[in-house]
Amino acid sequence: MEWLERNVPKLVLAPSFVAILVFVYGFIAWTAWISFTRSRLMPRYELDGFIQYERLFAAPRWDVAMNNLFIFGGLFIVISMVIGLALAIFLDQKIRAEGVLRTIYLYPMALSLIVTGTAWKWILNPGLGVQEMVRGWGFENFAFDWLIRPDMAIYTIVLAAVWQASGFVMALFLAGLRSVDTEIIRAAQVDGIPTHRIYSAIIIPTMAPIFLSAFIVLAHLAIKAFDLVIALTGGGPGYATDLPATYMYAMAFSRGDLGQAASSAMIMMMVIFAIVVPYLYSELRPRRDQ
Amino acid sequence: MTSNTVLRWGLYGILFLFAAFYLMPLFVMLTTSLKSLEEIRTGSLLALPREITFAPWAEAWSTACAGTQCEGLRPFFWNSVLMAVPAVAISTVVGALNGYVFAQWRFRGANLFFAAILFGCFIPFQVVLLPMAQMLGLMGIAGTIPGLIFVHVIYGIGFTTLFFRNYYVTIPQELVRAAKVDGAGFFRIFWSIFLPISLPIITVSVIWQFTQIWNDFLFGVSFSGPGSQPVTVALNNIVNSTTGVKAYNVDMAAAIIAALPTLLVYVVAGKYFIRGLTAGSVKG
Repeated sequence: MEWLERNVPKLVLAPSFVAILVFVYGFIAWTAWISFTRSRLMPRYELDGFIQYERLFAAPRWDVAMNNLFIFGGLFIVISMVIGLALAIFLDQKIRAEGVLRTIYLYPMALSLIVTGTAWKWILNPGLGVQEMVRGWGFENFAFDWLIRPDMAIYTIVLAAVWQASGFVMALFLAGLRSVDTEIIRAAQVDGIPTHRIYSAIIIPTMAPIFLSAFIVLAHLAIKAFDLVIALTGGGPGYATDLPATYMYAMAFSRGDLGQAASSAMIMMMVIFAIVVPYLYSELRPRRDQ
Repeated sequence: MTSNTVLRWGLYGILFLFAAFYLMPLFVMLTTSLKSLEEIRTGSLLALPREITFAPWAEAWSTACAGTQCEGLRPFFWNSVLMAVPAVAISTVVGALNGYVFAQWRFRGANLFFAAILFGCFIPFQVVLLPMAQMLGLMGIAGTIPGLIFVHVIYGIGFTTLFFRNYYVTIPQELVRAAKVDGAGFFRIFWSIFLPISLPIITVSVIWQFTQIWNDFLFGVSFSGPGSQPVTVALNNIVNSTTGVKAYNVDMAAAIIAALPTLLVYVVAGKYFIRGLTAGSVKG
């Protein structure tokens, strides 16, 4: 009885411990194992070296997916950060309707990416969407058909993703701006330092951790991007807008190629961990300076 | 003074321009959903409906075809409710207890375990998709709503644990020590000291989990069967269904219906929604 009393906290954690151990780490191990086998439709457990990774890197479709990830991820992160920071700084100027504007900027984050994709698919469709509308205004030759152009379709995904997430970056930065010590700002204002210098030299440098957080969150969203592609382009035209996540899904559920699905999932995880692990490490390390 | 005023106007101009950019898709969805197909074909994207019709909404709700099934979004909407409510409740309760232990009942190895949980929050779910499909089959809940609840609980407890741990860690340990001296046990202390002050963080956790689970597509499309598809999967099927005339107005009405619950949560409790979003990314 006393033993029970002493161990209640551990017993409470036990189910979660087992669940995390099995369903996170065990499953990762399983996927890793399968990625070293010749599994096709059914899992096979005889190891066979790096065959799946060789196939993966030789596949043109995977090449497109990784290229798209860099284009999409890079643009998505940079544009969202620029818009987010600009909006945060603008909103920080004692704006009268701040509450309403903030609510408007951030609501897309509450939507499912399937909804976002559906909406933008309709807006961007060349037949009845923006292109047709502008033509209707008299610009007969106006063309905005990115959605159906293999070389441009990936940018529609950037557009929709920025629309969805930039308000969230704004909220992060605004919280950061508000937490900067007002004494320092007031002192700088008294000294007659112009506002843009106060931002660039004093406020923004103190927000380095927030830039890092925003970057991590956005990079994470980019690598996991799946729903948006499915809803907006379906990976097409052809597989022009495939991302690693859609490649993995196609291999797992429509091609019946478990080996490819597992190896592509492992690469995705490695990309995420290359970004997240240094971050988590620095976050979890006990801080000596405090 | 005048240049300052001009600057001010410019500032408001930019801010309202961006507001228009964020609102535009919602506006287009709403107006399109209220137009007839005829008006959509002849009118302009941003034009208000000349004649408002609710027929697309009725069709989206009860007769639109998702794949071969033509019952509208309704059955799938209820699937999502049946999936989200238990999954949110269970993951929040488990997260609260876990967070309470991590914050106030430290033991050897607890930090390592916490790090392992945190780490799990960041994995791309693709890496667990294949074994989970096998496991759900073994457990006999593949393609069912209980199966989806199970998956959402498992991969939700990382975040809920994080929320509650970070909230409870600010409560002085002396409080627990004093209560122990008075003879109160683990659950008693949780029930009478921690639970009463937990409303804000419970709200954050519930809203975060609800938004995540309601909006999920990957697990839904991977692990649901014909009778258990969540609303996001059905919406995608309706929009991409190739049979018949493309009914954009029905698509838009369906998209709004699928978005309504989380939008409503955002409008009612936006503050907590933002706290959940930032809690995972900004420490402290």
